[in-house]
Amino acid sequence: MSAATDATKPAGPARVWGVMGEFAGPTELLHGCLAVREAGWRKWDAYSPFPVHGLELAMGLKPSRVSMIVLLGAMCGAGGGFALQYWTSAVAYPMVVQGKPFGAWEPFTPVTFELGVLLASFGAILGMLTLNVLPRWHHPLFKKERFLKVSDDRFMVALEARDRNWSLEGATRLLKQAGATNIDVVEE
Amino acid sequence: MSAIPPDRVTAERLAGLGPQKRRLDPVTGDGTLIEDPAAEIPLVLGNHTFASVTSTICGWVEKPQPGVWLPLFLTAGGVATMCAVMIVYLIITGVGVWGLNTPVGWGFDITNFVFWVGIGHAGTLISAILCIFKQKWRTSINRAAEAMTIFAVICAGTFPGIHVGRVWFAWFLFPIPNSYWIWPNFRSPLLWDVFAVGTYFTVSLLFWYMGMIPDLATLRDRAVMNINRTASFVGLIRIPIGKIAAYFYGFLSLGWRFSMRGWWNYEKAYILLAGMSTPLVLSVHSIVSFDFAVAVIPGWHTTIFPPYFVAGAIFSGFAMVLTLMIPMRELYPGMKDFLTLKHIENMCKIITVTGSMVGFAYAMEFFIAWYGGNPYELKVFLNRAFGPYWWAYWIMVSCNVISPQVFWFKWARTTPWFIFIITIFVNIGMWFERFVIIVTSLHRDFLPSSWGMYSPTWVEILTFVGSFGIFLSLFCLFLRFLPMMAISEIKNVMPAAHPHADLIALARGEKPSRHADGHHGNRAGEGH
Repeated sequence: MSAATDATKPAGPARVWGVMGEFAGPTELLHGCLAVREAGWRKWDAYSPFPVHGLELAMGLKPSRVSMIVLLGAMCGAGGGFALQYWTSAVAYPMVVQGKPFGAWEPFTPVTFELGVLLASFGAILGMLTLNVLPRWHHPLFKKERFLKVSDDRFMVALEARDRNWSLEGATRLLKQAGATNIDVVEE
Repeated sequence: MSAIPPDRVTAERLAGLGPQKRRLDPVTGDGTLIEDPAAEIPLVLGNHTFASVTSTICGWVEKPQPGVWLPLFLTAGGVATMCAVMIVYLIITGVGVWGLNTPVGWGFDITNFVFWVGIGHAGTLISAILCIFKQKWRTSINRAAEAMTIFAVICAGTFPGIHVGRVWFAWFLFPIPNSYWIWPNFRSPLLWDVFAVGTYFTVSLLFWYMGMIPDLATLRDRAVMNINRTASFVGLIRIPIGKIAAYFYGFLSLGWRFSMRGWWNYEKAYILLAGMSTPLVLSVHSIVSFDFAVAVIPGWHTTIFPPYFVAGAIFSGFAMVLTLMIPMRELYPGMKDFLTLKHIENMCKIITVTGSMVGFAYAMEFFIAWYGGNPYELKVFLNRAFGPYWWAYWIMVSCNVISPQVFWFKWARTTPWFIFIITIFVNIGMWFERFVIIVTSLHRDFLPSSWGMYSPTWVEILTFVGSFGIFLSLFCLFLRFLPMMAISEIKNVMPAAHPHADLIALARGEKPSRHADGHHGNRAGEGH
């Protein structure tokens, strides 16, 4: 019984989401990802129990855009925080405190900083979730019992059917060439 | 297909480090106390594979808790309930049930607030500062330390909330428009404090939760694989705990799929959060110290307060981390593989460093009180050490200055039971530090006619004791339901996690067998 026969079997009535294959460890995953990337695929991903360092190079990932969202959050928080303090202290409710000017910026520093950090942190976590299209509680991959082992100690690569290079045979062949085992068709 | 299931092949391949000695060596302890700088100290002991790391850490949640868990939780819950009763009694009666009076308007309430906020500093220090300094040993302690931070800040936030007297006006602290169009005074450090502690709590919670998403997903996947698991309740009702766990962890893990593109954004977000939390953690206790330093009271009005408070916070926080983790390490099976003597030794060293900073600050305060030439300042400090509260001052000095110095001796910083005792002293000392700063400065200031004494009432004492109940019961729930160590991060610091090492080894031709033997060898006959 070979994994290859499994994968080339007709997929049945359900639409095919993609093909997944398993790699023995981080090194094998790294080599496998290099092979998939060199074949020109775009809609694919590697799955590992922890972020394998160096894999982003093998996969050719661009720098994450989370940083921009964090910067945006920091500017909104700090700017909004300063504006709130200036408006309430100098415009809406001016009150003499120790004879200081109403709009002096110095006492506004701590709250400006804190609100900047607060919104930047929300930017970090919400930006990460948005870029990863999460939360998404259901996914075709979760139907595969074997995929659930990725959170334990498995390393996988899945090629998706929406890629322009997609063909079931081609994808299966590519995964085999890349060194994958237990190649399996994932249905929607 | 090979007869050996792939997980075992993988496991055996990854475990190729050879069995390790488990008995304690007099010099290297459990094997992690090597002093040779050339030796790479293992961060994970035992013959662990990725799979055994998962099953050990998840096992603490999935298997029955150690026998002391339930009595401890019930006791802590009872004490927490007592705290709630005391708070209700305070609210329905008024702040007169506390011992506060006219010269001493801040007593146990603010002492407890500063004490708990200080404890809350270790978690973010471990997760943020040690993260950006690439201190890999943080991975096995950060989760529990962050949890401790959050629970400590919850305890801390309770006290300023209830000490305002008319609790139903606590919303005046927030910039909310009211019918008189009155806004809070943003030039007051007390308002900065609201924003600092509020931000600190929120960011710590986000940081903790985000770090936990992959581990919650691991627990989810294990629950889904055991979805039919049930438990009987008093032999009558079958509870589908497999399903409940799958829904609970499934909901919280937000559908995390362990994809590399996901990890890539995740790691960026995590390091940015660490980078932002670092100035945040330093700012929070600085701003707390402004509550005092911006006032003109002698003994409070000093520029040394921000760094001195931050050092004290880290000092007390690490002490509380050790107070919790030394018993945890004994109770949960297999935890000593992850929380090694080296971790404990490192934390002891941080305690000694920050304890020495605190001791230096005490000395410097006294020196400046004399050298500054301000008679009121000098009088306040002499009154602290030799006045009616002399005992509190000397408890503080002996616990905070003298006790952490024992960690200069290797035996002292590598013997868990002894460290546990010292950390209790540090906790006591740091509580008294805040008591001394607050009460001794207030009770005698410029005018002898308005001098007074303060002593707590039973309500204050029980509320303080009760806050430990809140803290411990929340911590017990954390141990019971959430992954108490960062599973994916621990896997990442294991030698088997790094393809670079393998690639370099392959290039040098050192360990070709490791690559060729396992899967590929077995697969060779299958025609690829």
